[in-house]
Amino acid sequence: MDRIDRRGFMECMAWAGTGLVWVSTGGVLSSRVIAPAAAAEATPGRFSFVQISDTHIGFKGQANGDPTATLQQVVDRVNALQPAPAFVLHTGDQTHGQKAGAFDTVAEILKGVKTERIFYVPGEHDVFLDGGQEYLGRYGKGTVGGRGWQSFDYKGSHFVGLVNVLKYKGEGMGALGEDQIEWLERDLAPLSPSTPVVVFSHVPLWAVYPQWGWTTEDAGRALVHLKRFSSVTVLNGHIHQVLQKVEGNVRFHTAMSTAFPQPAPGTAPAPGPMKIAEADARRMIGVTEVTYVPGQHPLAVVDSTLG
Amino acid sequence: MKIVAGVIVALLAVAHVGAASSVAVGIEEFKFTPPVLAVPVGTTVTWINHDEEPHTITSANGAFGSTGLSHEDTFAQAFIRPGRYEYFCALHPHMKAIVIVK
Repeated sequence: MDRIDRRGFMECMAWAGTGLVWVSTGGVLSSRVIAPAAAAEATPGRFSFVQISDTHIGFKGQANGDPTATLQQVVDRVNALQPAPAFVLHTGDQTHGQKAGAFDTVAEILKGVKTERIFYVPGEHDVFLDGGQEYLGRYGKGTVGGRGWQSFDYKGSHFVGLVNVLKYKGEGMGALGEDQIEWLERDLAPLSPSTPVVVFSHVPLWAVYPQWGWTTEDAGRALVHLKRFSSVTVLNGHIHQVLQKVEGNVRFHTAMSTAFPQPAPGTAPAPGPMKIAEADARRMIGVTEVTYVPGQHPLAVVDSTLG
Repeated sequence: MKIVAGVIVALLAVAHVGAASSVAVGIEEFKFTPPVLAVPVGTTVTWINHDEEPHTITSANGAFGSTGLSHEDTFAQAFIRPGRYEYFCALHPHMKAIVIVK
């Protein structure tokens, strides 16, 4: 996969947290200010869903003294959406380092989300202490072999949740592993190329910044199976900031955290929570809403911040 | 004993530690400092995490290991046998360091 170059990166950063809808026509991105949700509501077959990421319950730091409060704010915001999201994707790092009781706190807060269902994939913070035992005990049910990855269909779109934090060794990059990639190939095989596909996982499936482990080493071997589809949207977390990249028919998008921001790639000695005032951090944390409108190939991805 | 340990450490040209019974390793900006630590047998090494990100002290061969250390949490390990003890952070496996016990 291509490494993002500096120019591309600066463009991406200009998008962060701006709350714009991104539309691609003939591979060229253009933007417009968020239209009132009601405007598109009438389109038959339209639906939206929400991505929540990196809730990091158990974190306490300069940028956020209480991530349960900011998660609750995000839930309140989601509950105000009209129409309500069909479902929610949580793209991992529910907990901050598997802090005792954190999974329970997340479950309790997310019970309040007005939606049909919440789908989960794990982040490395959710599994590193026990190899995923607690996470899979809670969320493995109904996933492939109880191993956390899964797919489902909704109104003609195909959704795939991948796990890329359980083989998190070596240089600290994400990895999918042979079994999962083979499963993905089989899972996608029956679909027609016109099926919109959404893939979600914690660690980005593109090389955002390998020096900080912000990549999935075997993502290319998974993405090759997505090439024949006309619309592919890849939603990731892990890096606590909005970055976007378009590669052919595939649109990559990373979400903000609901807890704290991390520095832009290479702008600090190390990744990790930015040490900034809470008021400033609120402008860098938030939630993502994704809308599918029939007849419009790219899904509309809207990021909104809490501050 | 003190003199012998001092000589070995000087020859290795790594972090200089006398025969103190307790030595600290700091964790900051996703790095163990010092990354190479030489100590005499019987030393207790204490790690302290100055990052807001959790880190672990995880032995490469499973000889010892901490749980996740939160901000300013510590973990102590006594080294009673000579050897090279490589370790890393389970959450950020590119963070690697070593304790050399003589």
